[in-house]
Amino acid sequence: MGRNSKIIPGVDQTLLVKDAALLLPDPARRRFLAGGASLGALTLLTGCDVVDSFSAEDTLKQISKFNDAVQARIFNPNKLAPTYSESMIKRPFPFNAYYTLDEAPDVKAAEYKLELSGMIANKKPWTLDELYKLPQEKQITRHICVEGWSAIGSWSGAKLGDFLKKIGADTSAKYVRFICAEGYTTSLDMPTCFHPQTQMSFKFDDQILPRAYGYPMKIRVPTRLGFKNPKYVVGMEVTNDYMGGYWEDYGYNDYSGL
Amino acid sequence: MSGMTASHDAAGAGGAIAQKAKVIQPAWVRVVHWINAVAMIMMIMSGWQIYNASPIFNFTFPTTITLGGWLGGALLWHFAAMWLLVFNGLVYVIAGFLTGRFRRKLLPISPSGVIDDTKAALAGKLSHDDLSTYNNVQKLLYVGVILAGVVVVMSGLSMWKPVQFQELTAVFGGYDSARVVHFCAMAAIVSFLVIHIVLAVLVPKSLRAMIIGR
Repeated sequence: MGRNSKIIPGVDQTLLVKDAALLLPDPARRRFLAGGASLGALTLLTGCDVVDSFSAEDTLKQISKFNDAVQARIFNPNKLAPTYSESMIKRPFPFNAYYTLDEAPDVKAAEYKLELSGMIANKKPWTLDELYKLPQEKQITRHICVEGWSAIGSWSGAKLGDFLKKIGADTSAKYVRFICAEGYTTSLDMPTCFHPQTQMSFKFDDQILPRAYGYPMKIRVPTRLGFKNPKYVVGMEVTNDYMGGYWEDYGYNDYSGL
Repeated sequence: MSGMTASHDAAGAGGAIAQKAKVIQPAWVRVVHWINAVAMIMMIMSGWQIYNASPIFNFTFPTTITLGGWLGGALLWHFAAMWLLVFNGLVYVIAGFLTGRFRRKLLPISPSGVIDDTKAALAGKLSHDDLSTYNNVQKLLYVGVILAGVVVVMSGLSMWKPVQFQELTAVFGGYDSARVVHFCAMAAIVSFLVIHIVLAVLVPKSLRAMIIGR
């Protein structure tokens, strides 16, 4: 009887549809979410009781959380990602996003402000000119995408850990969450933020970061997969609450450490 | 077939003991074999889906034979099944050495033996009367697939943690070539599986031995 009922007590139907959509392949999933599907439509679409698939999905997500913990243990805060020579830089470096370059955020320098929130002593927003005055360094490291491809690039900018100290961030907090101009979000745990190669990048290949690579600021994290390296960053929040992220909510492993 | 009858004929008073001696695959081998079968199928099918997200060769796998539905789902399956594969594999390798099974069953392998047994197999003249002893071709394939299993796990680890385990990644020639090695080791395992399954179907009593032990 319970198997046939379309309404499950105590379950938010909107969330349920969103969760179930994760089981679908990528393009279908997007259309699915855009189409404002209902639970009834989902049942019609799959031709079976959606509830059945939830235990498997749930188990996989629990194991993914366990894998987050395992990876946090494996992470050595002092182990540097390998660096490469100038000649190994991939030119042109691939543009990669869930939208085309035309649709990428077009942030205007004059209007830009880095907004700070959460467990931070000095929440004064930072202009681009102020950010550019931070001590900068360059790294040539390998960017590895969750899809499997990789490309070596050169990024220059300020150490994120130094900046967090400068603004009086509570470094005992668990996460720093990044908010991007197009609404993309992701977060990093505090040990990763303080890794010596975790960088607020303002330049790619010695040029001001072009729009394709996240103008005006990208967080470059060579110890994490590409989707944990947010572009067009307009806000940072220091928090103890895990709030997911754009891809994390679709089911990508949160830690995604390299 | 003849094995069963023979043990019954020779049974008499010591029947139970004679039958016990005829166990071809001990229980621990059967358990790890079937857990491994499930884990490998999950790893291979989800691996194909992951491969499709950024193919390294000029083809993709049909989604009907992949697991996970999309990249994110496949990654969840792959990184869940890996625990089953690795822990079960460790039990198999450790027990294989400790019980002497590897030494007894898989050694020695001689090149001339492999050639002779290959010829006999192709001529359909290879004997299957005693399933408890492997011929040279079987030994070579089983040793080969165990080694391919070690390579697939090591190259997989080096792709998963190319910063933390960068020394291991370097052994495979860096991240990108570790992907190629991982793929080739998968291809070797799948090729083994095709031969393995075809032969199990051709010699059904070997399949029975892997299920009920004799």
